[in-house]
Amino acid sequence: MSDPIIKIQNMNKWFGDFQVLKNINLEVEANKKIVVCGPSGSGKSTLIRCINRLEEHQEGDIIVDGNELSEKTKDIEKIRADVGMVFQQFNLFPHLSILDNCTLAPIWVKKMPKKEAKELALDQLKKVQIDDQANKFPGQLSGGQQQRCAIARALCMQPKIMLFDEPTSALDPEMIKEVLDAMVSLAKGGMTMIVVTHEMGFAKEVADEVIFMDEGMIIEKAVTKEFFANPKSDRTKLFLSQIL
Amino acid sequence: MQTFNLLKPNRDNIKNYSIFGSFLVLVSLIDVISNAFLKINLTSFLPGSLTTLFPLIIGLIGLNMMRIDYSGNKTLDLLNKNINTNNFNALLTLLILFSIIKALPQSLSWMILDATISGDSKDACTGTGACWTYIKVWFRRFMYGMYPNEFHWRINTAFILVIALGFVGYFMKENLKKYLALYYVIIYPVIAYLVIYYLISGGSFGLQWVETGAWGGLSLTFIVSFFCLIFCFPLGMIFALGRRSNLPVIKYISICYIEFWRGVPLITVLFMSSVMFPMFLPEDFFMDKLVRVIIAITLFEAAYCAEVIRGGLQSLPRGQYDAAKSLGMGYWKMHIFVILPQALKLVIPGIANTFLALVKDTPLIFVVGLAELAGMLALAKTNPKWLGFAMEGYIFASIVFWIICYAMSKYSYNLEAKYKTER
Repeated sequence: MSDPIIKIQNMNKWFGDFQVLKNINLEVEANKKIVVCGPSGSGKSTLIRCINRLEEHQEGDIIVDGNELSEKTKDIEKIRADVGMVFQQFNLFPHLSILDNCTLAPIWVKKMPKKEAKELALDQLKKVQIDDQANKFPGQLSGGQQQRCAIARALCMQPKIMLFDEPTSALDPEMIKEVLDAMVSLAKGGMTMIVVTHEMGFAKEVADEVIFMDEGMIIEKAVTKEFFANPKSDRTKLFLSQIL
Repeated sequence: MQTFNLLKPNRDNIKNYSIFGSFLVLVSLIDVISNAFLKINLTSFLPGSLTTLFPLIIGLIGLNMMRIDYSGNKTLDLLNKNINTNNFNALLTLLILFSIIKALPQSLSWMILDATISGDSKDACTGTGACWTYIKVWFRRFMYGMYPNEFHWRINTAFILVIALGFVGYFMKENLKKYLALYYVIIYPVIAYLVIYYLISGGSFGLQWVETGAWGGLSLTFIVSFFCLIFCFPLGMIFALGRRSNLPVIKYISICYIEFWRGVPLITVLFMSSVMFPMFLPEDFFMDKLVRVIIAITLFEAAYCAEVIRGGLQSLPRGQYDAAKSLGMGYWKMHIFVILPQALKLVIPGIANTFLALVKDTPLIFVVGLAELAGMLALAKTNPKWLGFAMEGYIFASIVFWIICYAMSKYSYNLEAKYKTER
């Protein structure tokens, strides 16, 4: 395998006096699927928000696709364009239709011709099975549909990496499945994914590796089967016993 | 056991009760109306103060008899729900009705029945009512100020042109729509300025020069409001964004600007612009007083706009910024396509508020010698030939301002409805 597409070395991050991330080391190779789990407040979301620099880290290095993220990074927008992100609260743009949500960034960031962007968007919407809702506004859709639209919107930028920040935590149990289905089919398509989630079923099905975090540290990182079969640390065992 | 309560209806007898109740209310109203309009006191047989209180008491009893939780009769339920929920509300309803009725005859006779509108001098106004002749004679002055009568067509033409140009956006082709903002923020004001300069000021194309000192009346109100409105909005937007900027220099400049202009009264700003500002200008540099005043009001109102817009920016959830950034948008793209469209939609009521206040603040320019509508009134009422008609003038001005402002607020409601896409 070549160089890892994401490389985090000795990374530390503080919110004021509070250290949220402690000495994070992580390497993700292309086309790998990583699931990050852990109790709330453990820094999972902050970690993946650091990967596209929605949060700034104070110490250590983060290298994404060969670009180091730091204050000196000039074209952070370019790096972000290659890193798609899906949020817990969907964060669709409520003033734009579903289709416009998907075409906005390709047209204005990637300078794609409008027609091409529209075709691409409809294609992506079809993959998540909401192409029939393309002309509606986000407020008219159910939570599951909105989240699938958010996935399609991120995919329209044709990113190399997809980050998922608890994509199903704000959804009804029934809608969780439709979103997970969309994510599974994306994973099978070979996308590099880092997913923060509590859906252990999803982890077992698609993840190559599972990371367990607590109190800002990576407690355990193991191949999926290994992680569930015989977790090493007691903290992980406790967590798994509660969640499974 | 049936509690005996003569004034409380129940579902069985509500029909009789409501008929009798409304009869009592009717009696009370008839009493007040005859009192106010015909000067006949129907209840003079009653002793002293009871006469005045009679309609109130009868009305209250009547409303009390009609009050029931649910009757099935639509009109009655509507009445009970809205104006007759309890004794206190019933009392308020009656008092308001009575005072309107009592005030009607006087105001009607003053404003319409006894008023004069014929003739063209003060001598025509001999009646006790309002003298609308005054408004009629001065109408052109109120509209155009001291602008020469024979050139009024120039003002009218200029306004029609400016309004027509304002509607260009509606007819623009789809592929030009992206330049719409550019058109309204930069091109339109420039064209409007040129139109007003060449048509109203004149001085070229064979049009006689009319200096701005002669401009006035409602047309001046429009000119000042128009330019202030279209300039203060983009300026306010810039300062709102500036105040939220991460760059300290821009941030503190914006804060200083906003706090300075919000901290000084408009009237001092106007004085400074017309009296002090020219002293700082180079000798050979001349700027018209009207232009200076417009700039002053624009800068002043921009600070208010900025704070209103900042409120809108702050009300957007952080997720919107995150989502835009994660798609690779930079600062400007994020704001132009994602943040501002949502924030500006949210602040339409606040902006409408600021704009209405601006229009109603324009009479203040009278202090620097520019006589727009209210200023012309002040001049007209001190004219020796027309002393004593201040009341008519101010009523006229109030009505005109009210119409303008009401139209503006209606328009803002329309905008709100038009851009409502979510929730």
